[in-house]
Amino acid sequence: MAKDNKTAVSVFLNGLITENPTFVQLLGMCPTLAVTTSLQNGLGMGLSATAVLICSNFIISLLRKIIPDKVRIAAYIVIIAAFVTLIQMCLNAFLPDLASSLGLFIPLIVVNCIILARAESFASKNSPFMSAVDGLGMGLGFTGALCIISAIREFLGAGTIWGVTIYGTHIQPASIMIMAPGGFIILGLLVGVINYIVSKKKGA
Amino acid sequence: MALQIVSILLSALLTENFVMVKFYGICPFLGVSKKIETAFGMGMAVTFVMALASVFTWIANKFLLIPLELGYLQTILFILIIAGLVQFVEMFIKKSMPSLYNALGIYLPLITTNCAVLGVTLLNVQNYPDSFMFALLYGIFAALGFTLAIVLMAGIREFLDEDAVPESLRGFPITLITAGLMAIAFMGFSGFSIG
Repeated sequence: MAKDNKTAVSVFLNGLITENPTFVQLLGMCPTLAVTTSLQNGLGMGLSATAVLICSNFIISLLRKIIPDKVRIAAYIVIIAAFVTLIQMCLNAFLPDLASSLGLFIPLIVVNCIILARAESFASKNSPFMSAVDGLGMGLGFTGALCIISAIREFLGAGTIWGVTIYGTHIQPASIMIMAPGGFIILGLLVGVINYIVSKKKGA
Repeated sequence: MALQIVSILLSALLTENFVMVKFYGICPFLGVSKKIETAFGMGMAVTFVMALASVFTWIANKFLLIPLELGYLQTILFILIIAGLVQFVEMFIKKSMPSLYNALGIYLPLITTNCAVLGVTLLNVQNYPDSFMFALLYGIFAALGFTLAIVLMAGIREFLDEDAVPESLRGFPITLITAGLMAIAFMGFSGFSIG
């Protein structure tokens, strides 16, 4: 049991930091760039994807011995799409504001490469419990990355964080940062900074 | 009518470009944009899949989901149709154009998870639930916008001298920053409209 706990923790940390889906594996770029215009959107998208990831990993792992190898990708996609539809209905019902600002990117969670990648490379080979933990780690890694990017973009582009004004009206925020170019540039610079830190650590 | 078509074309190519403005299809845009030739091949494959997907999903929506009031199954049904089409296109390219097949490599099956394809089908049933022709045209034009962006990007990357780039920015980060500068150029078209 003690050993089990240890591996669960390491699986969790692996997704959160070591193999962070956004900054290290560079997966799921479309939502990363598109919805990170404000911290609220970033967090909402991150948590929705996390919920789908945990559920789909769990179910796929349960069914991993039943699903025939040849049709596994199609089967995974159907399972993922089912959970995305559920999440979409929940968001529409309980958080309509968030649902309308995320728009089409909620159904597009289906084609978020992170989810299919974890199904294929982890859930199809590990126990349901471990797969759910992996989903939680990867999902929170994704959420964390989205929060960092969206907080920077919201701060620079709108002068607010979580809708709270940070600098007064006499400084004009650079609204390009919450538009399309800002997304590309901020993410590029962030990955560059992370590469720099990693290479420094390796060199030392 | 003709004016409306031109206006859809211009908005899909420039003002509302799928990649540069709307952020659909970023994965292949970043992954397959090293060489103009492969980028163009990818663009054409996506155009083909997107045109077919627009046709089939529009029909499925109009004659299956709406009459049976199963609108909530939209996402599941559409992604299944797309996955099937991609499988078909993959077999076709493997037989007829093996060199293109090798160049596209892993990105070919990944057209299934190209959010531009699912995105365009979902937009189509939102915007043009009653006009088959507009749905098909929008699918093709949006894919051409994707092709335009990915070919332009490949053109820049072929000439990009990686040695001149600071080490930590090489590869992925500089590609993103280049894309950002391209997106600024595309912003210049915003507000431009006909009719």
